[in-house]
Amino acid sequence: MSQYAQSSDAAALVSTSPPRRARRKFNVMSIVGTTPMILTAVGVFVICIIFSFIWSFTNSKLFPNFNFVGMDQYNRLWASDRWRISVGNVFLFGVCSLVANMVFGYLLAVFMDQRIKQEDLFRSIFLYPFAMSLVVTGLVWQWMFDPNLGIQSAVRQLGWTDFQFAPLTNQATAIYGVVLGGVWNGVGVTMAILLAGLRGVDAEIWKAAKIDGIPAWRTYLFIVLPMMKGALLTAFILQCTGVVRVFDIVIAMTQGGPGVATQMPAIYVIQHITDRVNVGQGMAAACTMLLPVLAVIVLQGVLQWNAKRKKEKAI
Amino acid sequence: MTQHSVSIRDLSLNFGNVKVLEHLNLDIAQGEFIVLLGPSGCGKSTLLNCIAGLLDVSDGQIFIGGRNVTWEEPKDRGIGMVFQSYALYPQMTVERNLSFGLRVAGMKKDEIDKRVARAAEILQIGPLLQRKPVELSGGQRQRVAIGRALVRDVDVFLFDEPLSNLDAKLRSDLRVEIKRLHQRLKNTMIYVTHDQIEALTLADRIAVMKNGVIQQLSDPHTIYNKPVNLYVAGFIGSPQMNMLNGTLDGTTFTTDEGIAISAANYEFTTPVSGPTKAILGVRPEHIVLGEDARSMPFTLDVEIEIVEPMGSDTLAWTKIGGHPVTFRCNSDVDIKSGQKALIGFDAGRGSIFSVETTNRL
Ligand SMILES: Nc1ncnc2c1ncn2[C@@H]1O[C@H](COP(=O)(O)OP(=O)(O)O)[C@@H](O)[C@H]1O
Ligand SMILES: [Mg+2]
Repeated sequence: MSQYAQSSDAAALVSTSPPRRARRKFNVMSIVGTTPMILTAVGVFVICIIFSFIWSFTNSKLFPNFNFVGMDQYNRLWASDRWRISVGNVFLFGVCSLVANMVFGYLLAVFMDQRIKQEDLFRSIFLYPFAMSLVVTGLVWQWMFDPNLGIQSAVRQLGWTDFQFAPLTNQATAIYGVVLGGVWNGVGVTMAILLAGLRGVDAEIWKAAKIDGIPAWRTYLFIVLPMMKGALLTAFILQCTGVVRVFDIVIAMTQGGPGVATQMPAIYVIQHITDRVNVGQGMAAACTMLLPVLAVIVLQGVLQWNAKRKKEKAI
Repeated sequence: MTQHSVSIRDLSLNFGNVKVLEHLNLDIAQGEFIVLLGPSGCGKSTLLNCIAGLLDVSDGQIFIGGRNVTWEEPKDRGIGMVFQSYALYPQMTVERNLSFGLRVAGMKKDEIDKRVARAAEILQIGPLLQRKPVELSGGQRQRVAIGRALVRDVDVFLFDEPLSNLDAKLRSDLRVEIKRLHQRLKNTMIYVTHDQIEALTLADRIAVMKNGVIQQLSDPHTIYNKPVNLYVAGFIGSPQMNMLNGTLDGTTFTTDEGIAISAANYEFTTPVSGPTKAILGVRPEHIVLGEDARSMPFTLDVEIEIVEPMGSDTLAWTKIGGHPVTFRCNSDVDIKSGQKALIGFDAGRGSIFSVETTNRL
């Protein structure tokens, strides 16, 4: 269906393209024009990663050096309680916020799909948090959760004087407070991506489902949702990368506390490079953080390759 | 009121203030194959969606099987529907595509299996049951889509341009398939298309539509041979009916160039008094050539301009008066462009329309 449309579009493009020579010239110019930018981006990116990798095998302190100490930094990293707690925290934070983000993102998209009149208004409201820095988001939620300023004091002033709601001051609940702030910040983007996915579903699918007597919620869940793999994957990967490098919102809300309740790997990296003047250790942590990112990229590649292969097999 | 399978009473439908259908009436008999034929945008799909319950009507009523279903849910109307884009559920196997609706309705497993097996047998999709739609060809997908309507075990089938996404070969194969299906199941079918060949080959009756109004509702033979107005005459038939402008006086039609053509054999539907501006329509295959022409009420010596051999027959272009005229002759006949020939036809087999009203006289 859609792939036929695409291939015929492609054919149309080819047949209507300007004569070959004009096209070539244009391509050369555009490559020449963008090369410095591509080189800078790739170069800086790759060089940074390579140096991080190299320094993670040295005993660099305040300044990077090249005294290689083998796997020492990695052994120390995984021996550190603080690091292991950080990994545990980011794992809990990641699972919670990914699940909450995707679920609420889809629910909001479904809500927006009901052809409500104020669609543009709602879209802006849901997307607004994303336009703000995570630091601002974090501060806003920190105030909301502050027992003396936020929700708790507001409810108490309304008369419920023994009302308790201060998640960030409690070791057991602090991380969920951060999850809430993070989801609030990112859910609009997921909503927007998934809404585009929903709108891309063929109207005749909906008609067929109605004739079949399938209730709307089942259609959304069992027919439309599986059709949106592309949009879901895009939203998911976007949120994943956000989770792995989660930093600013934690700093703004809890600074990793109370105690080590919201310590995160990125905070560990920054603290070792700055406060603790142990660049080698920081780099080892940073390189370890690259692993899940790589895993996500490989996963995406495999999924895409698989989908492409299936399509080709079908034609 | 006799029991119709589907009755549409005074149906109107507006999108905002755009009136797509206005006071439309249509009665469809039990087991009848009705084709809604018309150009794109004339409201065929809209009418079908109203019958299916996918659109809320603005006014009027719809009866299916004698029951007023105007405000019923699509699933309760006793209909199955097949779409142009197939609209299969892409992540489900063929088997699941067929059974999903029944499962949701809470039907017993062995009844579902029985219906799926029957549909698979009728449509010969048994070997495909465990495949996903992406692994099927267009023709196979459309069979599955028909199967999904079949398992619902309903009295009325609705088709919305089901063959338009297929290539020519598959289209004619599946067309025969649908006809066979109708002969076997004998249920009511309402079929939307813009393709006149599909309409003429499949229909018991064709409803020719224009701008949301049914122009003519008749069997294919009548639609083809006795079109009620210029629009229907021009829409049906390929190549188009030849149209000669002129004046009708009594039973004599005189072209604008002064060629008199006798219409003595013509059955007038309305009495004509005095000279009237009229158009005489003659089908290309009703014009004959050479010796055969001598027995015709009207004959004329013409010069052949272009010859198009089509394989099974040959199309030739010439002029009567100043009007370009095409006619169809046997492919064995030896004619060449530039040659003189005698052509003839019987205006009694043609159609005469009033210029003023565009209706058949
Ligand atoms: N959802 C809609 N909103 C507004 N106008 C519509 C809508 N659907 C169809 N129309 C209009 O109604 C007319 C009939 O459409 P349709 O029934 O789809 O035509 P057909 O199936 O004969 O090609 C068209 O002019 C189309 O633009
Ligand atoms: Mg249509």
